Amino acid sequence: MIRRRWAAALLGPPVAFLTVFFAWPVANIVGEGLRGDSGWDLSGVGAVLGDPALRQVAWFTLWQAAASTVLTLLVALPAAHVLARLEFPGRRLLQALIVVPFVLPTVVVGAAFVALLGPSSPVGIDLQGRVGGILLAHAFFNHAVVVRTVGGLWEGLDPRTEEAARMLGASRWQAFRTVTLPTLRPAIASAAAITFLFSFTSFGVVRILGGSSRTTLEVEIYRQTADLLDLPVASVLALLQLTAVGAMLVVQDRLERRRGRTAAALRPSARRAPRGPGERAWLVGNLVALAVLLGTPLATLLERSFRTTDGGHGLAAWRALGEASRGSGLFVAPVDAVANSLRFAVVATVVAVTLGGLAAAALARAGGRAARLLDAILLLPLGTSAVTVGFGFLIALDEPIDLRASPVLVPLAQAVVALPFVVRTMTPVLRSIDPRLHEAAAVLGASPGRAWRAIDLPIVRRAVLVAAGFAFAISLGEFGATTVIARADAPTVPVTIARLLGRPGPLNTGQAFALSVVLMVLTASAVLVVDRWRSRTVGRGGWV
Amino acid sequence: MTTITRSLLTSLVLCAALTACGDDADTAADDAVTLRLLTHDSFAVSDGVLEAFTTETGIEVELLQGGDAGTVVNQAILTQGNPQADVLFGIDSTFLTRALDADLFVPHQAAGLDAVDDDLRLDEEGRVTPIDYGDVCLNYDKAFFAGAGIPVPTSLEDLVDPMYADLLVVQNPATSSPGLAFLLASIGAFGEDGWEAWWSDLRANGVQVVDGWEEAYNTAFSGGGASEGTRPLVVSYASSPPAEVLYADPPIDESPIGVIDASCYRQVEGAGILAGTPHEEEARELVDFLLSERFQADVPLSMFVFPARSDVELPEVFVEHAARPSEVFELPSEDIEANREDWIDRWTDLVLR
Repeated sequence: MIRRRWAAALLGPPVAFLTVFFAWPVANIVGEGLRGDSGWDLSGVGAVLGDPALRQVAWFTLWQAAASTVLTLLVALPAAHVLARLEFPGRRLLQALIVVPFVLPTVVVGAAFVALLGPSSPVGIDLQGRVGGILLAHAFFNHAVVVRTVGGLWEGLDPRTEEAARMLGASRWQAFRTVTLPTLRPAIASAAAITFLFSFTSFGVVRILGGSSRTTLEVEIYRQTADLLDLPVASVLALLQLTAVGAMLVVQDRLERRRGRTAAALRPSARRAPRGPGERAWLVGNLVALAVLLGTPLATLLERSFRTTDGGHGLAAWRALGEASRGSGLFVAPVDAVANSLRFAVVATVVAVTLGGLAAAALARAGGRAARLLDAILLLPLGTSAVTVGFGFLIALDEPIDLRASPVLVPLAQAVVALPFVVRTMTPVLRSIDPRLHEAAAVLGASPGRAWRAIDLPIVRRAVLVAAGFAFAISLGEFGATTVIARADAPTVPVTIARLLGRPGPLNTGQAFALSVVLMVLTASAVLVVDRWRSRTVGRGGWV
Repeated sequence: MTTITRSLLTSLVLCAALTACGDDADTAADDAVTLRLLTHDSFAVSDGVLEAFTTETGIEVELLQGGDAGTVVNQAILTQGNPQADVLFGIDSTFLTRALDADLFVPHQAAGLDAVDDDLRLDEEGRVTPIDYGDVCLNYDKAFFAGAGIPVPTSLEDLVDPMYADLLVVQNPATSSPGLAFLLASIGAFGEDGWEAWWSDLRANGVQVVDGWEEAYNTAFSGGGASEGTRPLVVSYASSPPAEVLYADPPIDESPIGVIDASCYRQVEGAGILAGTPHEEEARELVDFLLSERFQADVPLSMFVFPARSDVELPEVFVEHAARPSEVFELPSEDIEANREDWIDRWTDLVLR
């Protein structure tokens, strides 16, 4: 009973925060759309759901998400094996670098993919407007989700069970299929669910790479809201998407619980150098695949940032970052946008880690259906269109204090996006603290405070640092919600990149690519620092 | 639980209030009003210009950029009567009727309106004051046409000639403002009965459609300094040639791109005082300032459009490289408002499906 009351008290702040800055604005804008002149009007629901064009959009959204998930698993599972099982020079660095795509803003990824696989592709492949480009970009984005989730579990599995199967005459493949795969299945399913969620709600990638004929629900919600202000249609679509995402989270929750049981049998990792030519070829092949899928888009960004007007290379774009040039449409120099981004990200991180930490502590204490439901609800911001939230702010946050144009809204919106990641990172860690340790400490005469300091604090501190690192990287890269509220005098890096890309003149484009590289380096550094702190317990099986 | 939620809400609101009050306290000390100017992402102004307004009037200006022009107007309509800003800049004829129908603006006869040509006046009642205008035109890659030995097309009709097959890239009017302008140009040129046939022919002739101006100009078009595209014809602006000159590094004397005169659609952009603002008098002063010579002279090189006032001297790079088409297409705002969705849907069926 006391435990439960504690959990409720801990949940108060995060729930209040999400209510004010997520649920209330979304309810406002959806309500605005569904309310006619004379009370609620739900007649539009049937009309929207019956519209063949919109049904086509829903169908495309669904199947491209499924196809993206399959493709991501195909390329990421071998990489997960290599990184979880084999030891080789540079493994740690590589493990950090593969997370970079996941936290890069979609404008940057879109620009990189268009440069690489667009009409002017250096490799002669034009995938713009084709589904292939979208699927590849989704695989690029979500690769880390699979590697981290599945690899986290994989590296803790005892290799001896598989070796025993081999000893008994099973082939390598048989041993994998009958021994390892069943254990990994829940983690794979969970990673697949998350990848599906992100691909289902993908906006920037589809908008930039999809060409004109390919739109998803998320893109259509944006169009109906921001371009057409057809709120009745936008509201129905937003509800449809929320329902789909909710259903997906229920499925994911089922899978997560199954994983919970296997995760209990974790052991320290057992990486070793590759043995024999087969394993070495497997390692090299995987590294090459990683370099192609993840490396080339990033390398393209780097190359484009140095390109000059005459086709050569130079530092012109980099030098220009220091000034707000006339006609660039920027009111501050791009370097100041970096300072803005860092400042906002620090505030967002503090808010997200504080509130997310409280939520994680509550979820770790509480059990049962209510906790699982809350866990799923905390993920809903990820399944909601940024424009829905942004336009919701406009009509919901005007009273009692008009926050709509306030600069504090930017880090708060970023915190809404980062919060689910923090909860996801911290909950398993806090849950892993064995209550019997406390009992043992009490028996040995330690006060509760001393027991907390000796047992919980070291683990909690590490979990907080890891969560903070990811919250920071995500806040740095957040684009959707930020762009709706960003003020001209304090733009963030992703907003500045988007503005530079929207201007004529080669120097502006070059600066956009140079800033993308800066963002990439900042993100990679945050992730690298986090990885140094990541202990074996922290983040295992989490999706970052 | 509820008490906790309530106390938390209170503290959240309080801390927000403190931040807000902090701002107010600063301005209260100077006894100055801070106006909010809501505008689109393409708005730009040189350092010192808005500051000059503040020095002159004691009124501070804070900029809010909310997306593209359509998004910003929609945001203003959504908050009609209780606006998040005091003045909106960046409404053009495409969205004018929608905004006027929503009673978005307070009428204002701006000082300096005498210096604006009659055909740029957006609204007789003065609810929207014209500030600048720009022409969306076909641009061409000079080097390509010189090298290929084919003449530069001189009209929209030319584009369906097999000689120009697979050379043109345009933007989707559903997602791009220049794309919509070009669709409107074709409706202006061929009429309500003729534009669809022309677009069918254009499709048969291999027109490429992309979502936004950036992709069209930077990745599909072959003429821009930053692009490595393959198509020598693109829908862009009459002011793209000077932009290429201004941002070239190393510097160049002649723009690598040209403008096809008979392909332009004019967009007049204006500003309005948002109904419900608590600072209506100060907002009037700001709109007057936007039409003052100081601001107007800054418009060309900041936003790459022409000032609404005809008595302002243009910068040299503009005089030398920007196109001044003699004839432009324009459609009445009411027609656009009444037909926009229908036109876009028909265009989508015709060109993309």
